[in-house]
Amino acid sequence: MNETSILDIISPIMVGPSSSHTAGAVKIGLLARNIYGAKIKNVKITLYNSYAQTGIGHGSDKGILAGLLGFKVDDTIIKDIFNSLEASKIKYRFEYEENFAYHPNAVDINFVGEIEMKITAQSIGGGEILITKINDFDVKINGKFNSIILIIEDTIGYISKITSIIQKYNINIATINCERKAKGQNATCCICLDSDISDNALIEIREEINPKLLRYIHKL
Amino acid sequence: MQINTFEELKNILKKENKEIYEIAQEIECQNLCLPKEDFRKLIKKTLDAMKEAIKNGLNNLQITNGKMGGQDCIKLVKNYQKAPSVFSKLFEKILTYALATSEENARMGKIVACPTAGACGIVPSVLISLFEELEIDDEKQINALIIAGLIGKIISFKVKPSGAIAGCQAECGTASAMAAGAAAYLLGGNINAILNSIALCIKNILGLTCDPVRGFVEVPCIKRNPFMAIHAMTAVELALAGIESVIPTDDVIDAMEQTGALMSPSLKESSLAGLAKTKTAIIMSKSCFTKRYYSEHSNK
Repeated sequence: MNETSILDIISPIMVGPSSSHTAGAVKIGLLARNIYGAKIKNVKITLYNSYAQTGIGHGSDKGILAGLLGFKVDDTIIKDIFNSLEASKIKYRFEYEENFAYHPNAVDINFVGEIEMKITAQSIGGGEILITKINDFDVKINGKFNSIILIIEDTIGYISKITSIIQKYNINIATINCERKAKGQNATCCICLDSDISDNALIEIREEINPKLLRYIHKL
Repeated sequence: MQINTFEELKNILKKENKEIYEIAQEIECQNLCLPKEDFRKLIKKTLDAMKEAIKNGLNNLQITNGKMGGQDCIKLVKNYQKAPSVFSKLFEKILTYALATSEENARMGKIVACPTAGACGIVPSVLISLFEELEIDDEKQINALIIAGLIGKIISFKVKPSGAIAGCQAECGTASAMAAGAAAYLLGGNINAILNSIALCIKNILGLTCDPVRGFVEVPCIKRNPFMAIHAMTAVELALAGIESVIPTDDVIDAMEQTGALMSPSLKESSLAGLAKTKTAIIMSKSCFTKRYYSEHSNK
């Protein structure tokens, strides 16, 4: 299914200079911030390949940091983010690597501290992005949908339990993407929704399946 | 519903007695669950942001982030005041608006990515110059931008608009094709003229590399925008005369996809070859970043 819209092509209204390397970077930061969910204290960001080689010139480092701090693609603070009050409140570190096994515009975001999480993302062009891994589990999150993200123990019937709750709230599922490492071990499940889901539904899901991680992220 | 190829678009137009923008708009509204008025409002907002970027760019003398540009648009404006273009006022506007927008982008100013930020000057310069010179009303302006968007969307199904994936042909080339198709519409071209202008445009930028000096969207990107805008107009004038592309539009897009895949990663937004590795560029790079800063940097 191809979900690209004309509005994705003639957009975003953004701070330059690059849709993939600046706006895409901001979006990756924003999505990673939402998926992490906790207060960010310390973060290590690794930029790969094209992102590493041309990232500084394109402001990819500034973009990711601005996104992690909650700023949007058209915020003029991006240019001066390293000198901002918000950036001084967290600890961050950038590394640059070449690894052609990764996408040309790939980035790893490692949240360090009490709650640790590693998020891998790609900027796929024109400001469109894809979160591809959370803690080494494959996911596909593009920020275009309201999405429920779960890490759970792989047990019989967990998907039908979740989907029946979503159905009860009369919400259509756009895509569903589940993966596990091995039978009975942790699994990830990303459910993209066509509309907004209520807190009550999320509470029900939490009570029903007791996930190790549950995040609900609004579309960007 | 989705229109996946230019052939499909042509077939739908044959069946339904509607204009291209109407069909595109219907599909978008259906997919996005938006009323028509709201969709058109969003396009209008984008159009206004494009006009704003031109205005800001024309009045800004600030040097760009990478210090390799920012004062070329003003040179052009001043020279046209002394010696008008041998072409027309329209030609002058297209060049200055394209430079104004792409310089503004390189200053980290606010622009509209169309389809990307590096190519942000092409579609606005062609369309807005035509809007002004032909006195096109608001509704038709929105229609033209919808058509440009549809063209970019269909191309993006095969070739993502990213220099890192398929080189500059996918960024400035796609922008040029979007501008050409929409301009052909504004100048009264039918679907054949529109499709031929897209094909002619892309055919003549196949293999265009993305080799930004020092990794900034400045050299060659800023000055490439006016070039690609005029490139679009060349395609339009040929297509409006009935000149056809021997290779149909969808096939040309296939060629762009294949060419992009065959291009070395060193020529795809990595600054590892081409202009980025010329003697001058290497000297400029050395004086800008120290190795240490490049391998890591942190605040604490």
